[in-house]
Amino acid sequence: MRLTSGTKVAAVVATTALLATACSGGGTGGDDAADGPVELTFWTWTPGIEKVVDLWNAENPDIQVTVNKQDGGDPAVTKLLTAIEAGSGAPDLMQAEYQKLPQLVSAGALADISGEVSGDLAGHFPDGVWNAVTLGSDAVYAVPQDSGPMQFYYREDVFAELGLEVPTTWEEYAEVARAVHVSDPTKYLGTFSANDAGWFTGLTQQAGASWYGIEGESWTVAIDSPEVRQVAEYWGGLVEEGAIDNKPMYTPEWNAALNDGSQVGWLSAIWAPGVLAGNAADTAGKWRMAPMPQWDASAPATGNWGGSATAVTSQSEHAAQAAEFVSWLNTDPVAVQALVDESGIYPADIPASTAALADPPEFFANQPDFYELASQTAQTANPFTYGPNINVAYSAYNDEFAKATEARTQDAFVEAVEAVQAATVADLKNSGFSVNE
Amino acid sequence: MSVRSATRPSVPATAILILGALYCLLPVAWVVLASTKSAGELFSTLTFLPSTHLFDNIAELVAYRDGLFWRWMANTALYAGVGAALSAVVSAMAGYALAKYRFAGKNAVFNVLLAGVLVPGVVLAIPQYLLLAQVELTNTYWAVLLPSIISPYGIYLARIYAAAAVPDEVVEAARTDGAGELRTFVQVAVPMMLPGLVTVFLFQFVAIWNNFMLPYIMLGDDKLFPLTVGLSGLLNQGASQPAMYTLVVTGALLSVIPLIALFLLLQRFWQVDLAAGAVKA
Repeated sequence: MRLTSGTKVAAVVATTALLATACSGGGTGGDDAADGPVELTFWTWTPGIEKVVDLWNAENPDIQVTVNKQDGGDPAVTKLLTAIEAGSGAPDLMQAEYQKLPQLVSAGALADISGEVSGDLAGHFPDGVWNAVTLGSDAVYAVPQDSGPMQFYYREDVFAELGLEVPTTWEEYAEVARAVHVSDPTKYLGTFSANDAGWFTGLTQQAGASWYGIEGESWTVAIDSPEVRQVAEYWGGLVEEGAIDNKPMYTPEWNAALNDGSQVGWLSAIWAPGVLAGNAADTAGKWRMAPMPQWDASAPATGNWGGSATAVTSQSEHAAQAAEFVSWLNTDPVAVQALVDESGIYPADIPASTAALADPPEFFANQPDFYELASQTAQTANPFTYGPNINVAYSAYNDEFAKATEARTQDAFVEAVEAVQAATVADLKNSGFSVNE
Repeated sequence: MSVRSATRPSVPATAILILGALYCLLPVAWVVLASTKSAGELFSTLTFLPSTHLFDNIAELVAYRDGLFWRWMANTALYAGVGAALSAVVSAMAGYALAKYRFAGKNAVFNVLLAGVLVPGVVLAIPQYLLLAQVELTNTYWAVLLPSIISPYGIYLARIYAAAAVPDEVVEAARTDGAGELRTFVQVAVPMMLPGLVTVFLFQFVAIWNNFMLPYIMLGDDKLFPLTVGLSGLLNQGASQPAMYTLVVTGALLSVIPLIALFLLLQRFWQVDLAAGAVKA
């Protein structure tokens, strides 16, 4: 039997009807700026930020912002880049970690809002942080939200029990690590995590490394540099002799180790109290924060781990309103206070943060000068440049250092650094960037 | 003799089956027990030691961002329910047509379909995203529903089932009695194909319920997320936030309950299916 033409027509009509309803049912709305308020969508993973945004929405009926929670870090960037590539589907506003900005800018995903924000915005932020959102140019690609200066977190009770001094240099850190492990073979002062490239980057930043650089019109890659090698050799040595654990962070196993006291220290960043409170609730009041151990005690330095900015995407049809919101979110005293209270972030804005950070985090109530000390360390952060394929460098780090921590030898750590450099340079060239070697 | 050996359980076979059952059931038991633990107990107490915090965990999950979890649950039910129902309808129509009509290009269509069965859905997610982006349908319910409607495997199954369960004579008889093609299909063929269509529906329902990649790529608005994407977000909040393991474990437990209920409800259709096949052979 052949299909009658009537059946065919019915099928076509049905399909068309489906698509027509699909079109009218879809669309995120807010495209008609002329009538009704401007509607902005905001991709972010900051916890509790919808409450901060509610403050804005209540004050600004003409510019309504909707928060769309995303998976943190890489997944959100990948999704944004896909939407940019496809030509539609990107939000108006996007949270982006500092290290992702060069990649997003080179993909044309972010709008330059230098014309929309006030001229004195730069004065709100430390130079290094501001440089990260301008990429050293006259453009402004995002407004800094939070930063993550690194510090050393340790179990005060365990240190007291073992009679240990807080290490101020990396040499002392190694000695303390040995002492902790000798006292109880199940205990470690810390772990070398092959899963956390951002953490390792921060450690090398402290040592004076900058993974990328710009020479004229070309990129340079300096992952295989004396500073990075120094850090890798140091940690490779500690892992090889067994003084430091070689398991990754942020695993259930690591959470348990923090909670039961097998991990008695953590080289982390300013947001550590929130993570400790979530992962190691039983240890409340037993931790203390100190500045990072130093390579050169006469010139204290630190690195950054984490921290992000808020950007306006190139697909936004309301860049001016979006920029207005972004400036408010990250520099208005009320907004910054709310970010601290609701989201527990360490704001990048200097004028508003002094008032907002008067009290120590709840988990560190035993250390009243927590934020005072933090702000001192924050000022010692070394300059650092990220490149357009930091995602490749980070995933190469994960691969290569996973092998190195498995091998547990110092040589393997150094080889891993060389491999990350090679993979990063090769990919940068493949992507069509000019690279100076 | 042969009867006795057939009824006596074979020790090695039973052992292997018990091992297999343990392998499948232990993770389920883990989820049930872990969801009774508080965040502090989750990784510190004995793995299979139950605790008393199940209702605290559920309350916390329900409170998370004003009950967003139920919205995800409803979204998943919508994607899976509507998607699977539409998919069963399309599969029935396409399968019936391929089994009972002769038309030009029929074999070509069927071969393309067979090839489609071999292509994993994950591979298609990005091309589908790019296509839907052109009509600005990404980040809408349609973005997940439309790609779920066509299931090559469902059409394939419906075709095989229609060929076996709907005799040509019955179709001819219906036509002789004056039924139109549509009426023959709806009132004669579909009831005979029903067990097969329930299978298609269940397969597709479970596939959509568990689908992660497609909604993950398509959706930006967390109010449109299904459970899979929403729960994954609770685990990936960036390095500066602790992962909400207890919420995710409890959410995972709650999210399988509707699936189990659906299987129990539709089980009798499957029994009919198996019985029908057995008698025919």
